[in-house]
Amino acid sequence: MSTDLAAAVSSSAAVPAGSAESPSGGAPAVDAHQFALQLTTTARRLLRFATAGSVDDGKSTLVGRLLHDSKSVLSDTLDAVQRTSEARGLDTLDLSLLVDGLRAEREQGITIDVAYRYFATPARSFILADTPGHVQYTRNTVTGASTADLVVILTDARTGVVDQTRRHAAVAALLGVPHLLLAVNKIDLVDYDQQVFDAIATEFSAYAAELGIGEVTAIPISALHGDNVVIASERIGWYTGPSVLEHLENVDLADEAADGPVRFPVQYVIRPRSDELPDYRGYAGRVAAGTVRPGDEIVVLPSGSRSRVQAIDTADGPRAAAREGESVTLLLQDDLDLSRGDLIAGVADAPEPVTVFGATVTQLAERPLRAGARALLRYGTSTTRVILSSIDGLLDIDTLTYRPAPDALTLNDIATVTLRTADPLPVEDYRPGGAVGSLLIIEPSDGTTLAAGMVGDRRAALHPSTSDHQPPREGTA
Amino acid sequence: MTLPDTLRAAPGAAARISPHLRTLESEAIHILREVAGQFDRPVILFSAGKDSVLVLHLALKAFHPAPLPFSLLHVDTGHNFPEVLAYRDRVVAQGGLRLQVALVQEWIDDGRLTERPDGTRNPLQTVPLVDTIADERFDAVIGGARRDEERSRAKERIFSLRDSFGGWDPRRQRPEPWGLYNGRHAPGEHVRVFPLSNWTELDVWNYIEAEGIAVPEIYYAHERDVFQRSGMWLTAGDWGGPAKGESLQRRTVRYRTVGDMSCTGAVDSDATDVRSVIEEIVATRITERGATRADDQLGEAAMEDRKREGYF
Repeated sequence: MSTDLAAAVSSSAAVPAGSAESPSGGAPAVDAHQFALQLTTTARRLLRFATAGSVDDGKSTLVGRLLHDSKSVLSDTLDAVQRTSEARGLDTLDLSLLVDGLRAEREQGITIDVAYRYFATPARSFILADTPGHVQYTRNTVTGASTADLVVILTDARTGVVDQTRRHAAVAALLGVPHLLLAVNKIDLVDYDQQVFDAIATEFSAYAAELGIGEVTAIPISALHGDNVVIASERIGWYTGPSVLEHLENVDLADEAADGPVRFPVQYVIRPRSDELPDYRGYAGRVAAGTVRPGDEIVVLPSGSRSRVQAIDTADGPRAAAREGESVTLLLQDDLDLSRGDLIAGVADAPEPVTVFGATVTQLAERPLRAGARALLRYGTSTTRVILSSIDGLLDIDTLTYRPAPDALTLNDIATVTLRTADPLPVEDYRPGGAVGSLLIIEPSDGTTLAAGMVGDRRAALHPSTSDHQPPREGTA
Repeated sequence: MTLPDTLRAAPGAAARISPHLRTLESEAIHILREVAGQFDRPVILFSAGKDSVLVLHLALKAFHPAPLPFSLLHVDTGHNFPEVLAYRDRVVAQGGLRLQVALVQEWIDDGRLTERPDGTRNPLQTVPLVDTIADERFDAVIGGARRDEERSRAKERIFSLRDSFGGWDPRRQRPEPWGLYNGRHAPGEHVRVFPLSNWTELDVWNYIEAEGIAVPEIYYAHERDVFQRSGMWLTAGDWGGPAKGESLQRRTVRYRTVGDMSCTGAVDSDATDVRSVIEEIVATRITERGATRADDQLGEAAMEDRKREGYF
C-alpha cells in the first residue's frame, strides 16, 4: 500500500460528498441535491459484475479504489480501517482491509466464496461479486460470475497472461458471461510501456476469441495510483479508451425487451379463497425467458396440458406484458391445477421432458460425489430424485480438453456427467445467466448443495464457428 | 387482501420506479415466494424498522391478492420507541396480520437472561429469538438485513443456514449460483432469509419514496430531548438515561435506524420528508450503523460474533 493512496483515502474523508468531484471523472462538480436527483433518475439500470484475480494482482486495491473513488466508502468505515491498520503496526492505510475476510475465515483457514459490494453512479447501480482468486477456487468464480453481465480479470503487467488468467477466462466462457474486461494492472511498474500492454492485450484477446467470448476490452491500469480505474490517466497518453468505471457505466446490457419463447417456472400457487375472489387461482413466478402477454398460447410441462394466458396480475394491477426477470402472477384460461415445480412454456419450441440428460457440473462441496450416487436435483422450481449415472469426463481448464473420468468428483472439479431423474423434467440447454438450464445437486440427508450444473456439454459452447467471433477490442472508446 | 393504509402505495407508483429498483423488487418478491414454496412455518421478523416494513410491503405484494402466508415475530427489548410500537400495532391491525411478541423482560424476570451492566438490551434479543424459533418450530425466519450494512454481512447468503442453536457456521453456508436458493435443512435447523440482501440504504429510501410507503415518524426530523453518550445522541427515557453527569438538550433530530433506545443514536437533521432524507443520505459521510449503533462499535468483529450466536 503506497502512501499516496493512503493519503488520498484519508484526505477524502474530510471532503463533503456534495462538493467532491464527479465519480466518473471529468464532469463538473455537483452538489448533494443534484447528485441525489441523479442517483434517483428513472433511467438508471443495474449492472452485475464479478472480479477475478489474486491478491498479488492487486484486486483488493482495485476494488478499494473503485469503492473509494466512486464515493462509496464512508468516513467511519475508513476510520475503522485506519484503527485496524494502526493496530497491526502499519504506517499507512491498508485499503485491502475494506474487502478483508471474516475472523471465522482466518481461524478456520477457509474462504467464503463471494463478498458483495455495492456502489452507484448517476449512470448505473453496481453489484460487485468479489471472488477470491486463488487457483483452486473455481467454485468461487462460478458462484460469483454465475449471473454477472461482466467479469473483470486482473493481471500483473510484469507477468502478463498466466495460467490463472486463462482459467478465469475459461470459467467465464463456460458460464456464458457476455463481457470480459482484462485489467492490466501495475502498468506503472513497467514504465507505462505501451508495447508491454499491447502484447498482453493481443495474447489475451486471441485466447478469449478461441473461447468464443463475445466482447473483450483490455485497459492498462494502476490500481495503486488510480490510473484508469475511475479517472482517465494522464500518465498513459497512448491509451485513449475508457477507464474501468467508464467501461462499466457504458457496456451494453442485454436488451430488456428480448422476445423469444416464454419460460415461466411456477414458484407458488396463489389462492385467496375469499368471498370476493372464490375462484382466483394465480401462478406466481419470475419470467425466466421471453416476454409473456395475455392471450399467449402456452403448454404446461411436464404434463403437456395446453391453455392460454388469461391475465398477468401484480399488486400494482394487471399488466399487458411481463418480460424476462419480472416477478408476476399468471392466470390461465383453463383450470389445469398446476403446482410448484411446473413449467409454463410458450407452445413454439417447448422443451421435451426427459429423464436422462447430460450436464456440465462444478463440485461445490468437500464431500465427494461418486458415480452412482443418489441425490436430489433442483431444476427451475422443481425438485426430484436423481442418480449420477456416470461421470463422463473431467474438464482440464488449462487445455480445455477432457481427461479420463474419475470415480468421484472432488471440490472444484468441472466435469461432464449423465444424470437420470425419477420424474421427467423439461430441461434444455443452459443459457447465460442461468435462468434457463441451471441446476443444483443436493444431498438429501442434510440439504448440502453438492454441485452446481449447466444442462448440456458446455465445452462444446466454447468452440463456436469462427464466423461468430467478433474482433477483440483493445479499450476503444 | 389489500395493503394496509400505512403501507399503501401511491397510485401509479410502479411507473416511477427506476429499472434498477424494479429489478431489486422482482428479486425480493422471487425470494419471498421461494420461502412460501419451500418451507412449512415461515415467519417475518418485524421490528417496524424501515427494512422490516419494506420486507412486509414486498411480501404483501408477492402474494397479492391472497392473505400473507407468513406470521410476524417481534422480539421486544422493552426499550423500544413508543412511536414505533404504535406504528407496529397499527399496521398489524389494519392488515389483519398475525403478530407474536417475545418480550425480553419475561426472559429477565424468570432468570433466563441477566440485565447487562450498561443497560443495553440489544444483545439480549438473541436468546428470546432463538428460543421462540425453537418453541414455534419456525423453519424460515425472514429478516430485513442488507449486505451493505456491515462487513460480515457482505458475505451473508440470501438463504442462510442456522444450526439448532441458531448459530451460523461459515463452513456450512451454501453457494447460491443463478439465484437457485436451497432451503433444505435437517430437523431442528432453520434458515434465515434476507430478501433485501442486494439493497442499499439509498435504494430502500428511493423505493419508499416511489411506492409511497409510510414508515414510523421518528425516521423524520423532530424535536427531542437527548443527551450525549459514546459520541451519540440518545433519547431520554425510562430505560435508564440520562445517567448522572449527562445533561439533556432539546435538538432537532431523526433516526436512521430503529432499535433499542439504549443504543440507537439520533442524528442532527432537518429532513422532514422522504426527499430530504434521500438528499441527506447522499451527502452524509457516515454509514448507517456507524452513526447510530453503539453495539457495532464494541469491536472489530462485533457483528460477526453476535451473528454466530444466533443474532440477525
